[in-house]
Parts: sequence; C-alpha cells; structure tokens
Amino acid sequence: MWRWLHPYAKPEATFALTQKLIPWFAVPGLVLVIVSLVWGLAFAPPDYQQGESYRIIFVHVPSAMWAMGFYVGMAIAGVIALVWQIRTAELAILAIAPVGAMLTFISLFTGAIWGQPMWGTWWVWDARLTAQLILLFLYLGVMALYVAFEDERAGAKAASILAIVGVINIPIIHYSVYWWNTLHQKSTVTRAITRLEAPSIAPEMLWPLLVSILAMLLVCAALVLMRLNNEILRREIHRPWALQHLGIHFATADNKKEKGDADAV
Amino acid sequence: MQFDSWQAFINMGGYGIYVWSSFAGTFLCLGLLALEASWRRSVLAREATKQAARAERILRARAAKKRAAKEEPN
Repeated sequence: MWRWLHPYAKPEATFALTQKLIPWFAVPGLVLVIVSLVWGLAFAPPDYQQGESYRIIFVHVPSAMWAMGFYVGMAIAGVIALVWQIRTAELAILAIAPVGAMLTFISLFTGAIWGQPMWGTWWVWDARLTAQLILLFLYLGVMALYVAFEDERAGAKAASILAIVGVINIPIIHYSVYWWNTLHQKSTVTRAITRLEAPSIAPEMLWPLLVSILAMLLVCAALVLMRLNNEILRREIHRPWALQHLGIHFATADNKKEKGDADAV
Repeated sequence: MQFDSWQAFINMGGYGIYVWSSFAGTFLCLGLLALEASWRRSVLAREATKQAARAERILRARAAKKRAAKEEPN
C-alpha cells in the first residue's frame, strides 16, 4: 500500500517531485488569495456586532488553523525521521518549522490587532492566547534545537522528539475555548462544518472564509515545498544531478579524461 | 459590493487601521518567506558554481603538474 512512497526516500526523487509541485500550489494559491481578498474585504457583509472589523477573520482564522495543521505535519515528519531514519523527512522538519512559526506569529499579531478594538486589549493571558504563544515557542524550539548540534543529524533527531512531544499542545489549543473561560470566541468553522452545534456564521461569510483557508494552505504549502527543495539542494549540492539542475556544466568528463591520461603515464 | 466609495472601503467603518494593518502584516510575513526561499536558492546556485569551478581548477592543475613532471626528466 505504501510501496509508492518508497522512491521518495531518495532525495533526488523528492527534489524532482517538489520542483514539479511548486507551481501547482503557488499559482492556484495566489489566484485564491486574490479571490478571498476581494470577496472577504469588499463583498462579504459586515458583522452585526463587530461591523467591518471582523474582516480580520479572513487572515486570522486561516493562519491560526494552518499554524496547528503544519505543526502536526512537522510532527509526522519527525516520526518518519526517527523511525525510518529518512533524511528527507528530517529536511521536511526544517522546511516546515519557519513557515509554521510565521503562521503562528501572524495569528497572534492579527489576533492582537483584532482584540484591541473588540476586547479593548491587545493581549490577555488566557488559555487560547497563551496556548498559541506556546505553539510559537515550540516552533522556535524545534528550529533552535535542529541547529544546536555539531552533527546536523543529531540536531534533527532532537528536533523530531520536541516536535512529537509538542503535539500535545494542539488539542489544548483547539479545546482551550471549551475547557476554560476565555475572551476568545469558540470555533466558528468547526461548528459550521460539523453542524454538531448551530453554526454561528452566515454562509455569506463562511464561503469567503473557506476560500481564504484553502488559499492560505496552498500558498504556505508552496512555501514549504520551496524550502524543502532548497534544503535538499543544500544537502546534495555536490551530486551531479544537483549541479545539472542548477545548469552548472562541470566538465567532469573532460577532467576524467585528462586525469586518466595523466594517471596512465 | 458592501462599500459605496473607495473612501468608505479604506475607512472600513472606522476600523481601517486595524483591518489594513493585519492584512498588510500577513502579506509582509508570507512575502518575506517567499523572498528568503528564492534568495537562498540563488545563493546555493552561486556557491555551487564557485565550488564546481574550484574543483575543475584543481583537477586541471593536477593534470598539468603530472604532465610537467613527465616532460622534465627528458
């Protein structure tokens, strides 16, 4: 069942795949970004309580959601790196962490900007906000641990373990608004999609929100792929296929011939 | 369309500074990541070119030295 995955343990195969996939994520992603911007900023109706300020939701929710999603992805890469010792998975951690950290930062930043007019404060030390701040520190910890060792692979192992252990924070973030009293409102999208509770968002707002969530996923996936691509290239820079890809015509053949001639004497 | 004029669109019902700064911040952050990735790529390409050229020079010099050593005793 997983046989098809095996060739991608080879960096060269993954490099070729990411190279091919980047435009397939980047182009639809950018198109959807424009669609969600126009839809969310100009066409979605204003909120009956929050007026136009609620439009921050179209960057706040997607970034917060994928900050958690990418963390889980990074932890899965960590499991693969630890169990099967696949280098490409280690590089994936290095590719995902900065994007995830940036998403977490965006969610905190836009949340603060949204909190100021609506709650009257930029920041409160309540469950949801604090748990999300811990997520940022986990990402930064993974990045720091990765480069903290002389041997890069030892760092990758330590970072994998931290990434896996940190997954505990993800359900805490998600359920924080249910488990504790918090200023933060409850999950809008989960309620709208699962219908376990009455949805709290009108379809005219939900649809552009879903588009912005998809746009954020595609754009950030493209960023992760670009970074993974770079990391593989960095690790494999001496291989002929890498040089060939960069368009460097290393005259290896000539040299070999010349060297061979010289050695033959 | 929810807004009558550009003025109203920029103003965002009085929340313009909040709405626009959060959108601008988001795009700045993601744009920086994209720029960093493409900058890294060009640095990698430059370094690889340099190293390939160096390796080639070394091989050439070695071959030339051997050739010289071969010719000298005669």
